Amino acid sequence: MKNKSLVSISDFSKDEILRIVELAADFEANPNQDLLAGKIVGSLFFEPSTRTRLSFETAIQRLGGRIIGFSDASSSSATKGESLKDTIKMVSNYSDLIVMRHHREGAARYASEQSSVPIINAGDGANQHPTQTLLDLYSIYKTQGTLENLNVFMVGDLKYGRTVHSLLMAMSHFNPTFNFISPNSLKMPTEYKMFLDSKNIKYYEHTEFTDILEAADILYMTRVQRERFSDHLEYEKVKNVYVLRNSMLNNTKNNLRILHPLPRVNEIHTDVDDNPKAYYFEQAKNGVFARMAIMASILGLK
Amino acid sequence: MMKKELKVNAIKNGTVIDHIAAKNLFKVISILKLHKISNQITFGNNLESHKHGNKAIIKISDLLFEKNEIDKIALVAPNAVLNVIKNYEVVEKKKVNIPDEVIGIAKCFNPNCITNNESMQTRFSVLDKQKLALKCHYCEKITDEEHLYVF
Repeated sequence: MKNKSLVSISDFSKDEILRIVELAADFEANPNQDLLAGKIVGSLFFEPSTRTRLSFETAIQRLGGRIIGFSDASSSSATKGESLKDTIKMVSNYSDLIVMRHHREGAARYASEQSSVPIINAGDGANQHPTQTLLDLYSIYKTQGTLENLNVFMVGDLKYGRTVHSLLMAMSHFNPTFNFISPNSLKMPTEYKMFLDSKNIKYYEHTEFTDILEAADILYMTRVQRERFSDHLEYEKVKNVYVLRNSMLNNTKNNLRILHPLPRVNEIHTDVDDNPKAYYFEQAKNGVFARMAIMASILGLK
Repeated sequence: MMKKELKVNAIKNGTVIDHIAAKNLFKVISILKLHKISNQITFGNNLESHKHGNKAIIKISDLLFEKNEIDKIALVAPNAVLNVIKNYEVVEKKKVNIPDEVIGIAKCFNPNCITNNESMQTRFSVLDKQKLALKCHYCEKITDEEHLYVF
């Protein structure tokens, strides 16, 4: 995968995904390696994102690389009306790799076509966020010892949530079973269900979030976002229905781990935080190792 | 044999676009920008067709179409047939065909797609030619017939 951009999770094959997961484990065991010494990474955050940007910058620093760029568009020439193409042409002259977040869908694919160096998509609008997916996969692999044959429960906004869509696509390589729990208005879109049908992957849909977690290996929680609802009353109705509480975890499997891309609002009650099955904070930490693995392999350093 | 009565006058040289679904006549006129050219044009709408209900036909004198324009016609009138006319005779019949990739002729319906915000070409892969489903190469959203806009 040397010199290959990472725009969408479907750009990586099953073998490439597994390679990243294994590399991430190596970096976790030995996080300070000078692999990026002498390299410059362009970090272009046209849209602010504290968590993703700090995670990337930590990964770059731990690998001994240097960073140029900006953390929001107001400090870039985009405010002067410069096109994305021109910004990418310029920065790809200066750097060995570009990490980019942009508020427009498709911006990362376009940048990868204009850039002379690889692009890593750190989120393009509501479209893709593949490094989040790879850190989710690393978290699943680390806690379950495998990615194969797992029962994955996804809860919350399954209609608009890009993290659940990408995770679904990536997990489809590994014979999973899915359980989708959401209000009717935020159900998993038909195109993803058709994709699962075409691969003979089993899935079940639920609107009730109660005592159905016994079979779960992974519980992937997402935030139900207020701005997705045109009807404020409808939001008020569902926002407190899809809340995970510690008492709901009583009869669950020992290997169950709870993941959440963060930030959370109220969908995981704080009484869950001390449960050993809560994994969302470690998950965020895994992001640094996953991103080290992604950058090192794209630059052909590992 | 009985002589067929022509509902729209014949042309000497040019192109006859036949088998346009009646509801799409004005879309075809608009995407080909026929309202902006000075060639002689005659058209008929809501004519009876054995194949596809009511149809429309457009006859344009002294004009031939490039592949790019024929692909545009295919997107809004998938059953259309182009007859190239020379000296009152049909010298060539072309059935329009929706290509597997649609480049630079259709707009992505997603207002937040990069293609609607940067000076660049659009690009779609065609997922379904019957119902028309165009998947944007950039934002990965699907534009259907209802939301289709052809440049």
